[in-house]
Parts: sequence; C-alpha cells; structure tokens
Amino acid sequence: MERYWNSIETAPAHEMKALQSLRLSQTVRHVYEHIPFYRKKFDEMNIKPEDIQSIDDISKLPFTYKQDLRDNYPYGLFAVPAEELVRIHASSGTTGKQTVVGYTANDIKIWGNCCGRALTAAGGDASDFVHVSYGYGLFTGGLGLHAGAEEIHATVIPVSSGNTKRQLQIFKDFGSTILCCTPSYALFLGESLREMGIDKSEIHLKAGVFGAEPWSDEMRQKIEDLLGIKAYDIYGLSEIMGPGVAFECSEQTGMHVNEDHFYPEIIDPDTGEVLPEGEVGELVFTCITKEALPLIRYRTRDIASLTREKCSCGRTLIKMKKPSGRTDDMLIIRGVNVFPSQVEAVLLELGDTAPHYMLIVDRVGNLDTLEIQVEMKEDMEFDAVRLIEETEAKIKSAVASTLGISAKVTLLPPKSITRSEGKAVRVIDKRKI
Amino acid sequence: MTMKQLSVFVENKPGSLAGITEILSENQIDMCALSVADTERYGILRLIVNYPQKAESVLKEAGFKVSLTDVIAIAVSNHPGGLAKALRVLAKAEITVEYMYAFVSPKADTAYVILRVQDNKKAVGALEEGGIPIVRGEEVYGK
Repeated sequence: MERYWNSIETAPAHEMKALQSLRLSQTVRHVYEHIPFYRKKFDEMNIKPEDIQSIDDISKLPFTYKQDLRDNYPYGLFAVPAEELVRIHASSGTTGKQTVVGYTANDIKIWGNCCGRALTAAGGDASDFVHVSYGYGLFTGGLGLHAGAEEIHATVIPVSSGNTKRQLQIFKDFGSTILCCTPSYALFLGESLREMGIDKSEIHLKAGVFGAEPWSDEMRQKIEDLLGIKAYDIYGLSEIMGPGVAFECSEQTGMHVNEDHFYPEIIDPDTGEVLPEGEVGELVFTCITKEALPLIRYRTRDIASLTREKCSCGRTLIKMKKPSGRTDDMLIIRGVNVFPSQVEAVLLELGDTAPHYMLIVDRVGNLDTLEIQVEMKEDMEFDAVRLIEETEAKIKSAVASTLGISAKVTLLPPKSITRSEGKAVRVIDKRKI
Repeated sequence: MTMKQLSVFVENKPGSLAGITEILSENQIDMCALSVADTERYGILRLIVNYPQKAESVLKEAGFKVSLTDVIAIAVSNHPGGLAKALRVLAKAEITVEYMYAFVSPKADTAYVILRVQDNKKAVGALEEGGIPIVRGEEVYGK
C-alpha cells in the first residue's frame, strides 16, 4: 500500500494548477519588491508583477543563470535581511567562486517536508533509522536528508561521509534501515560489506535514497544486490533547495517533482522556447514558495523531460526523467561539481605547466577517479624525477584545496596532447553510466 | 666549470629509445655516457654527447622534450676509494647529489663521474678546494 507524506502529492491537476498560479504571482511580487536584480530585469522587459496571474504566464518571465548567482556573490540575490536568514549552504563554482544559497526558517521547513516525501516514498516512517552518509556541511546533501528524516519522525543517524569501516559497524550495531548517500558511495559500502565478510542478513537496511550524481540502472541493480535493499533516486540542486526537488516512487520510472514548491519547465536550450510535455530539453525550475532565494526560471543545465502520465503509485506530481546529460561541460565526480575551467584556472595560476590539459574521468572499483594530464612547459627542468614529481604534487594539492577533489596529476611532454580544431576536447569521460 | 648534459623525456612505449638513438646516429652524434632514470610512467635519458646543442635541436625538431642541463664532470682514480673521496668532499660542504653516473675514461686508471647538484658553483668550489680534478667537456667528449 503506497503511503504519501502530504495530500498535495495526489491532488487533482486543477487544484495543483490553482495553487501554483497563486504561489507564482506571490513570488513574482516578492522578488520584484525585494531583489533589485529582478526588479531591474522585469522593468527592462516591461513586466509588472500584476501581469503574472496564472502559472501559464511563467514563460513571460526572464531566465536566471548560474552566472547571475556568481555576479551577485555572495548575498546579492537574497530577498530577505540577515534577521530572517537561518542557514547558508554553498556549492563549488568555477574559478573558485562558490555559489552561495540561503534559507529562512520556513525554507528549511519546506526542504525537510520535501525530503520527508522522498523518504516516505522509499517506504520510510517513524519506526525507521535513517543513516545519512552524505557529507554534512556547506554541501546540501547531509543536512537536507537529515531534515527529511526528522520531518517523518524517523531516527536520524548523522554519520556523514567517510570512514567506511565505521559506517558498516553502525549498520550492524545501530540497526540502520534506510541509507542516504551518493550512489557511488552506496556501491562502495556494498562492496566493502562483502569484502569484510559481513552477510546481508547481519544488517537491517531495507531501502536507500541516493542522489547528487548520475547513476545507471545497472548500478542500481548492483547496489540493491549488494546491500539487499530497494534503491531510490532523489534529485536536487542547491540553487533551488538541495536534495528533494524531485524523488522516486516505487514505480521507479522517473522522479516526481515537488511542483507545489518548484515549478518545472523543459526548454530548448538554444532558443529558450518552452517545449511540450515529453520533449527532451533543458530543465528549468522556478521556486514558488522560497523566501530567501526565490529563483525565477533557473537554468539547471540538466537535460531531461517531463511527463504527466498516470503513475501507478497514485501521485499526480509531474514526473521528470533522470537527467541524461548537461548542456554545459560540468562533471560530477564523487558528488562534487567540477568544471574543466576550474582545473584550468588552477593550472594557470600555478603557471608551472603549459595551458594544454586533458581531464580523464573514470570509475574504478565503483569510485569516480579524475586524472589531470597536463603538458610541461618547453623550458621546464625535468632531468631529475624529483623535479617532475614535485610539480605534479604541487598541482595535486592546489586542485584538492580549490576544488575539494583528489586527482591524479600526470605531466606529459610538450605537444603530446592532441590539439583540436575548433572547440577543444578537454574531457574524456570513460564512466559507463 | 660545468658541462652540458642532454636530457630527454622518454615515454614508456616500445621504440622510444630506438627512435632517439637513431636520430642521434643520423646526425653523426656520438654518445660517450648515458644513464636512464626509470619510473612506472616514463624515463629520463641523460646523455653526454660530442655536440650537445646540435643534439638538442635535432631531437626537439623530432618532437622530443629535451633540455641541456649543466652538470659537473670530475675525474677520480679508478681504484677502491676513488669516488668515496670525492663524495666525502661534497658531503662535508653539505651538497646533495641529485644523481650521478660514471664511466671509465680511455686513459688508464681514471674514471669520469658526472654529477648533478642543485648549486653548481658551490659544488665546484668545494671540489676544487678538496683537490678533486674537474674535467672540461672537451676532454670528456674526447675531441
């Protein structure tokens, strides 16, 4: 018997549309009054808040881009004063500048509510022990699912990421029933379980809620086998809220979008035109209940499609397909967003190498790996192995501190990386997802 | 009082070394000493040749990463303790040897040792003071 956390999840279409229309018009007024960036944009486009009466009017509104967040770093797009803010999160951005997001108490409450719906859809309730192995901190993963578990009155085990042995010990000793982490970490935990000779029957996990990076159905199968659970997908991005923007139900044919809070559209990334239901294009979200950072038509750069086809779970929330790629060159490596331009910025700043590099992403033993191949400068001294290794180590440590990711650095002789005509090929992604 | 060593970055694939030595041969470049530092991924070939500048330019043209490195050549007696004496001189002056290699000279009783150190000037000073003969490039090449 399918359970829902909120009745809105199964509301009839007309009811949802009325709610979205009301919330959009309120949001538009809110951003016009409190965010100079939007007031200026609306004025330039000759849009008055009263022009937006229905959710169908949304296509009149301008898009918001990640660059807008960077240009207004850190708090320029916040609609509320510090007195009303209760939390900051951030994600890594290009050239080292982070994307900073803020929340009011009500925003956090809604976030918990959305994650609560996801955990409920994964079979969670107050009797569960929710083991959160997402990182806690500026990253939204840990605290997002944490809030969701509290919302449904489950017991949270806030383990955070890392220390695999301890994670497994806690599975056994604390009786974790629902695991929340990135799918690659779930797979790693599953493999470790087997390696340590712990039988599935010794642990009590029944479900997992995994997200923050792309994963395949084969990977889902493997995780389910190794941990003896049912694995559910969850989608989100910090700019909109964090995990819980959309979540999977038992049917597992896409993720239900919490569209009473985040209105989704699919657009043609080149023309900006809204595409009809079922078409594949760029996913765009408008926050229609957020107070601190209500972004209008935010371009996620994720490629997906939407469908209102009836779902066997009974939810009427619109469904999105798992994103199949990006419209930009962002890579997600072990849950960390990495743009090739960030790596380039680090290399240029150090100045020890030529500006020719290649990123090789792979998945080894279920964990993503990043190798940075970069050419030596023509005049670099290299006659002792130490000289090469020192340069590699210096780059490795700069990448780790700027991007928060461990990479293998390989120096190559000059002109060994193939030069391409036109757009440079900077990335080889060998992962099979 | 230093001399030029030709350093070549060699990728670990079959034929790399053959290619380099063939190019040198085609250009009438004679090698009198060589050493290779090998790692898992690459090797560094260090050569003492009769025409270092020419060797550098022909290899560069062929697409190799090459450079000329200033190294010190010393002559030591080809008997037990010959090299030890020279190294003790450097140790006393707190000079670290990055790498070195040796070859026997055509002259009887003498071996040549190529030394790569961080501070050539300091090393040359210490060696001279310690009475270790420093050899000029021409002598090593046997020109």
